Amino acid sequence: MGFLDIRNVTKSYGSVQVLHDVDISVAEGEFLVLVGPSGCGKSTLLNMIAGLESVTSGEIAIRGRVVNGVHPSKRNIAMVFQSYALYPNMTVAQNITFGLEMHGTPRAERERALADVAKLLQIDHLLDRKPAQLSGGQRQRVAMGRALVRDPDVFLFDEPLSNLDAKLRVDMRTEIKKLHQKLGTTIVYVTHDQIEAMTLSTRIAVMYRGHVQQLGTPREIYDTPANVFVATFMGSPAMNILPARVALRDGVPHARITDAEGAERLLRFSQPNLAGWDGRDILLGIRPEAITDPEGADRKSGNIQGLANRVSVTEPAGSDTFVTMVLSGRDVIARMRADASVGPGQDFDFAVNMDKAVAFDPQSEERIAP
Amino acid sequence: MSAVTQDTAVSTGRVARAFIYLLLILFALFYLLPLYVMGVNSLKPLQEITGGNMMALPATWTLEPWRAAWSSAQIGVQPTGLKPYFINSILMVVPAVAISTVLGALNGYILTKWRFRGDTIVYGLMLFSCFIPFQIVLIPMAVVLGKLGLAGTVPGLILVHVVYGLGFTTLYFRNYYAAFPTELVRAAMMDGAGFFRIFWRILLPVSGPIAVVSIIWQFTNIWNDFLFGVSFGGTSQPMTAALNNLVQSSTGVKEYNVHFAAAILAALPTLVVYVVAGRYFVRGLMAGSVKG
Repeated sequence: MGFLDIRNVTKSYGSVQVLHDVDISVAEGEFLVLVGPSGCGKSTLLNMIAGLESVTSGEIAIRGRVVNGVHPSKRNIAMVFQSYALYPNMTVAQNITFGLEMHGTPRAERERALADVAKLLQIDHLLDRKPAQLSGGQRQRVAMGRALVRDPDVFLFDEPLSNLDAKLRVDMRTEIKKLHQKLGTTIVYVTHDQIEAMTLSTRIAVMYRGHVQQLGTPREIYDTPANVFVATFMGSPAMNILPARVALRDGVPHARITDAEGAERLLRFSQPNLAGWDGRDILLGIRPEAITDPEGADRKSGNIQGLANRVSVTEPAGSDTFVTMVLSGRDVIARMRADASVGPGQDFDFAVNMDKAVAFDPQSEERIAP
Repeated sequence: MSAVTQDTAVSTGRVARAFIYLLLILFALFYLLPLYVMGVNSLKPLQEITGGNMMALPATWTLEPWRAAWSSAQIGVQPTGLKPYFINSILMVVPAVAISTVLGALNGYILTKWRFRGDTIVYGLMLFSCFIPFQIVLIPMAVVLGKLGLAGTVPGLILVHVVYGLGFTTLYFRNYYAAFPTELVRAAMMDGAGFFRIFWRILLPVSGPIAVVSIIWQFTNIWNDFLFGVSFGGTSQPMTAALNNLVQSSTGVKEYNVHFAAAILAALPTLVVYVVAGRYFVRGLMAGSVKG
């Protein structure tokens, strides 16, 4: 039994089921990120944990206590909203202590808690201001302060960074991570941004169409995605998915693909369990960073395969250069070092790290290897 | 809740601007003309009016018509002046405006933040009440007031006006609160604030502009209402009924100067409300109309 248990939870609005049998157990101190495209049910799940939406069936338990039907304020949780939801008529100090006031905490204790939180978040100098006088980042801090001051069992974050500009978002992301490391609190965090999910979480639940597609550590999710959806949703640029056919050469499975000219190419798999798929079609998944120039290839990998192919587009992005080519009729993106000398129309020798390759069943789109 | 700005889309030349101002001033004067006539004639003795020029300034200035209108003019059979009726009106208007505004605010709060099955139907029906003409409800209302024992009393009039005003005040507050972020209510809920606490501490403090709209609207409507007052006022008739009795009386000499003074007295409270709160009125109307 975990610290926060979501047991077979479903949610329906009338006849429309928006969450199917979600089953997640969160340990104390964990940072769980619910990630998925809009409409996947992640915010609904968060609101159900918060008590803002009712649970259709199943159970939600915090510290072993089933909280279905318990009022939000009595679950000992705190939430940071997407819009920050700061009370516009109150000062920062009043905003932060409003919850304590509502719970009947004595004034002296309130002031002490306020001082602690203000110091922690470095907002001491803002306490007398109104939310309208704060910048986006400051509002974000105040919203977190309001959650922190209550010292709750579980923190809920509902896309807290999506209203910030790109640079501030990165800064605040680090702040949140630091805060989590320092306080060791249990956090459930909703985002549609897969980079936030990867960087912040100790575990990720990737959601799509009301189902949890995969639940695992960021590394697991990234390296061994459960299906094509997870593979393409997580990572930027997305994982390349191309049709291939398994062919055995001396008993070793190879992926048979075609290059830009339509000529047949073979890439040896590192995963022996694909032998049973001999002669059958699969979907081959290769992350952009697993296709590089030969000098940039991962030296620790045991299976780097050379692949000469025509370059169609190059996109220098500063830190990397993204190169687009055609494989098996699909556009495939490779990630080169920034100074790789490669131009469009050129024939280039790529190096494919097949240790990182993933194979999917073309019908079910589930992962079959590794 | 955006402030009204003075930005003009097109910048105009100096001549055109002068012309626009001239036109505006002319229109303003034209609109002020009745007030001028009422003002000057209420300040002159009766024979100056009957003797000729309505437009002229008084030859002898006098406050006597005002005094008469206020405290000694013949209203119906009693020479009481408008004073007791003015007090009736105040006793009716203040609670009626307050109650209908508070209930409208609560309705708006519930219809936007505590939604329930069929809430749009309820809201639709309340909106419908804005379109019902006064005359239709006279007889049913008389029956209800009679059953409640409130016929011919100030509380009876308050009830009538609250019921009639609720559709409007609910409309205002619902549209205003529809634009109010629901996340704030949720945040307050998680902070442990209850239904009334959220209303009192979170919504009401930012409801100023729309409250002003509601108050002005209700105040002018209830103060200026004649039909309900004369139908259900009984012995406690409001100002409008009294003014009618004074001006329409068909016996004795028509004291036009007193009538003018009385009419101004009757219009004064609404005028004051507009002057004091008028700019919030426009602001509130704009805020309420953006979303809804």
